[in-house]
Amino acid sequence: MYGWIWRHLPGNAWVRALISLVLVFAVVYLLFQYVFPWAEPLLPFNDVTVDGQ
Amino acid sequence: MAATTEDDEKQAEAPAPAPAPRRRGRGPLATAVSVFGELLITAGLVLGLFVVYSLWWTNVVADREAHKQSDRMRDRWAGGPGSVDTRGGIGFLHVPAMGGGEILVKPGTDSKLLNDGVAGYYKKPVRSAMPEDEKGNFALAAHRDGHGARFHKIDKIKKGDAIVYESRDKWYIYKVYATLPSTSKYNVKVLDPIPRESGVKKAGRYITLTTCTPVFTSNYRYVVWGELERIEKVDHDRTPPAELK
Repeated sequence: MYGWIWRHLPGNAWVRALISLVLVFAVVYLLFQYVFPWAEPLLPFNDVTVDGQ
Repeated sequence: MAATTEDDEKQAEAPAPAPAPRRRGRGPLATAVSVFGELLITAGLVLGLFVVYSLWWTNVVADREAHKQSDRMRDRWAGGPGSVDTRGGIGFLHVPAMGGGEILVKPGTDSKLLNDGVAGYYKKPVRSAMPEDEKGNFALAAHRDGHGARFHKIDKIKKGDAIVYESRDKWYIYKVYATLPSTSKYNVKVLDPIPRESGVKKAGRYITLTTCTPVFTSNYRYVVWGELERIEKVDHDRTPPAELK
């Protein structure tokens, strides 16, 4: 999978490494900004109130 | 050395087809296993990132937001009398036993609201009393971990410790008289106007703090009860009461 991505990136090793880094940051950004905030309320780690349900 | 040179020569002679046969040489099963392994590694990394997100990043975001909202409310307070919009917050909670710092108190306990690194007073399942009410229970909730983790050190609060609530013009000084380290999340009775579970029988002016326990999970709830000891008027310089010095 990662090998496949690496082979399909343009440029030499340095350019590929740079693009990879940018891709990694993009993925982390998407996770922190959208995926984790969405997933968090679905997980039972942070319910702080008492309620009847 | 010799082997390396040989390999180099081979690659130099036929650079394009060289990797192709190797890929084709790997069977579909090997490819599937390798992709599956990479997916597992990815899943592990994502879970690790989620921990970083929950325990660090949400605090960064919440601290920033709480600071902004607190400043806004202080500004509004400084603006002199006028209509007070409670949605922006009603006051600050100071708990010396949990370390310094003020906790903005806002109406409601929705997670969206608490995620801003503030404490909220209950509107449901029971409507919390206000500190200025003659009688009742001022019931609050805040995060134990992440999102500002305002009640992280709730287990440091001991009997006799002070909980100070600061409103626009009064300091309400409560004294902790009971704690409940673990209770069911369905136990709404802890928020009763007379929280009998804490050992009191008469109506009075109580404060209740709730959060989740044990740390990093929310299987149970941690509860701290206090009773109003005295009220001090806020002076011109907003000199804090003796408990906060």
